Amino acid sequence: MKEIRFHGRGGQGAVTAAEMIAIAAFEDGRFSQAFPAFGVERRGAPVLAFARIDDKPIRMRSQVYEPDYVIVQDVTLLDVVNVAGGLKPDGKIIINTDKDASAIKLNTEADVVAIDATRIALETLGRPIVNTTMLGAFCGATGEVKLESLEKSILTRFPGSLGEKNIQAIRTAYERVAR
Amino acid sequence: MKMIVKEEMSLRERMARMRVVEGSYAVAHAVKCCSPDVISAYPITPQTHIVEHISQFVADGELDSEFLTVDSEFSAMSSLVGSSAAGARCYSSTTSQGLALMWEVLYNASGMRLPIVMTVANRALSAPLNIWNDQQDSVGARDSGWIQLYAEDVQEAADAIPQAYKIAEDPEILTPVMVCMDGFILTHVYEPVELLSVEEVERFLPPYRPKNILDPENPKTFGAFADPSYFTELRYMQWDAHRRALKKIETVAREFAEQFGRWYGGLIDTYRADDAEVIIVTMGSVIGTIKDCIDEMRSEGMKVGLVKIRSYRPFPTEALRKALKDADVVAVIEKDVTVGNEGALLTDLKAALYNTPTRIPVIGFPAGLGGRDITVRDIRRVVDKAIAARDRGIEAEIEFLNLREDLL
Repeated sequence: MKEIRFHGRGGQGAVTAAEMIAIAAFEDGRFSQAFPAFGVERRGAPVLAFARIDDKPIRMRSQVYEPDYVIVQDVTLLDVVNVAGGLKPDGKIIINTDKDASAIKLNTEADVVAIDATRIALETLGRPIVNTTMLGAFCGATGEVKLESLEKSILTRFPGSLGEKNIQAIRTAYERVAR
Repeated sequence: MKMIVKEEMSLRERMARMRVVEGSYAVAHAVKCCSPDVISAYPITPQTHIVEHISQFVADGELDSEFLTVDSEFSAMSSLVGSSAAGARCYSSTTSQGLALMWEVLYNASGMRLPIVMTVANRALSAPLNIWNDQQDSVGARDSGWIQLYAEDVQEAADAIPQAYKIAEDPEILTPVMVCMDGFILTHVYEPVELLSVEEVERFLPPYRPKNILDPENPKTFGAFADPSYFTELRYMQWDAHRRALKKIETVAREFAEQFGRWYGGLIDTYRADDAEVIIVTMGSVIGTIKDCIDEMRSEGMKVGLVKIRSYRPFPTEALRKALKDADVVAVIEKDVTVGNEGALLTDLKAALYNTPTRIPVIGFPAGLGGRDITVRDIRRVVDKAIAARDRGIEAEIEFLNLREDLL
């Protein structure tokens, strides 16, 4: 089982991102689960969401404490939240930042992946909403879901031109991160 | 057991029928497939998404129901009492303070023998204000005369809706049913679910054709007045209907499994309990985490099993006696506490075993109160405590799981 933790701020769509990964993984023929760390939702407050992916049905209902992957949608969270807490040493943490990965100091042995998702989102969507862009980076950095499955899940959730723009953002981030 | 094997075999086949949806959507969709005539509800976290989805179905013309937007939960249940007495199939959903506000009407609905179905998105009761999950709300309503079914996952919470109508509307039962699902944990999770269809549900659930309804052509009264010479018998008849429901719940679960291939247990279900020395008894969404933990402990040679309470009212006394008779020790994990005594399920379970030859330690753990997470590590600690109670005797009959001594 692979476990993913999303760090965002209220209004940035962390919960939607978790949902998109769950739908994409299921599209790939795997089982999945996504849920928010239920809080009193306020715009701008730090929020958490989780996703699990497995080859068999998922029964576990506790929160994720030792994630394989962490996605950080807002770099300012690094000052207020221990985003790398519990992250597996062989895992990956994907951070939305305009800095180089080497410039980011985190208490983890896991790979740090830097992506300037805000810039990509502004250029493609015209708005600094980075949740879908970060999914493209996740997909490129981990290969846990297929790009086409992710795109399909985005189009289901956001039909029409909004979906198309989001797919463009996802592809840009994917290509920048995938090697 | 046969049904479980069937389920395993067709997993890939079932995946083709599944969609990843939110728990609340799956429940709303199941309600739609039961075609209720009247829906009345007041939004309250974490139930809100369920009624939002239902009102969307009505607005989009996908569901031909009267959707009453009322001013409170008291009005929600009151309007359903009237509608149900007039012969309508009725649905509501609520949680926590909303359920508390319905309190006196809950007793009216069951006392008038109205087969209303309601989802309770389980949440803690104030004070202090807490919007998160535990089961204090519905456990507190255990004496209201409603049948209470508890769901382990989203699929079960959705599939329980047509089952609930089939149980409730049976002329031998005529009792309202609460389907309880853990708030947020199940209402807000996205996971793969097989959605029901109207056609399938119509084959499973016959139309509601009540004999006694409010009818201007044939005037009758419901729940009006019973003096001491009648009241006891009316309560007895409710009590007796619950006794019949013990069988009906099993029958309906089996019929559902035959048609849909999905089985959640009848009154109870068991997991690796046949040769288990330690048995955990619980209800609701924590069961999934416990099952994973049991697999882990079994691989280490520990004989641990689970008994899941699916029907809390009627209480499955006989089924529990049978399931627990060969265990060495029982640990009850429950998301409620009766302040002034112990967990409600612990009391019920010990009472069920008392007049039997089964003399084993039974200890209880109020857990997950106000949304505190329950982890595999917590379950392991419960099992360790149970083993200690077996080997060295009971030290504490009740222990609050994960109590933070530093805050006391």
